[in-house]
Amino acid sequence: MRSVSDASHMSPDVTTAGFLPPFEVRVICGPLAVRRALDMVFDRLTPLALDVEEKSTVELVLAEALNNIVEHAYPPPDTTGPIQVSIRHCKDGLHVRLRDRGRAMPDDKRQSGKPDPCEIDLADLPEGGFGWFLIQDLSRDVEYARIDGQNHLSLRIAVAFRQ
Amino acid sequence: MRDFSMELQIKSEAGVCIVSVCETRIDAASALDFKEAVRQGTQDAPAEVVMDLTQVSFIDSSGLGAIVATMKHLAPDRRLILAGLTPPVEKVFRLTRMDSVFRIHLTLEEALRAQCE
Repeated sequence: MRSVSDASHMSPDVTTAGFLPPFEVRVICGPLAVRRALDMVFDRLTPLALDVEEKSTVELVLAEALNNIVEHAYPPPDTTGPIQVSIRHCKDGLHVRLRDRGRAMPDDKRQSGKPDPCEIDLADLPEGGFGWFLIQDLSRDVEYARIDGQNHLSLRIAVAFRQ
Repeated sequence: MRDFSMELQIKSEAGVCIVSVCETRIDAASALDFKEAVRQGTQDAPAEVVMDLTQVSFIDSSGLGAIVATMKHLAPDRRLILAGLTPPVEKVFRLTRMDSVFRIHLTLEEALRAQCE
């Protein structure tokens, strides 16, 4: 049952009919932080009963965004730091915001062209760099900002639509 | 000797090496172990290596990168063939267009049948 206090946190454009209350999960960066954060998020998303296709889209986008934080925001030797994932369920999907206190993301880290491996020799096939491409391909309204020493990445995943 | 957290079953059948990945995820946390475990397990492999991904329900771009690295490592003498991609895994290959680079079979049985023909 959804309590009244849960509903009071929702933004005005969200009705209580069939919507998940907004929630946030927090992890400390580390080798298994991404898996732990995903477990916690999907635990909270259970009431949405996402199908396999939707779940794999959400999991991939979140995993890539979290991997980027682990890899680029908290590189060695400062590999620990907080990561917050906030999710708001709206009519047009899941609005996700990721925040961390690590290093700012350089612009060139967010560049991604469409992969075209057919044109490349086997020996030159890329073994990485697909993360941003997948995030941008599978989500909408992707925005990055550096605010008060924090990285803010917001995006929308178009699943679990409601009337 | 390092104790790899990545569990693989490796056997050779009729001149084909079959690598079954006994994990549900190949992600950033396990990609390095995966690469190293496959590398060690296929040292004496014949020319055809079939990787059965039936049990893998999630890969991210690091996992994909590890599979690409494995294919490059095995080449040019040995060829990596993939089988049993679950829908979430197939999606990553399709979106990055890596499905055009690998030989991919629906099931391990189909992959083995194709090698016999």
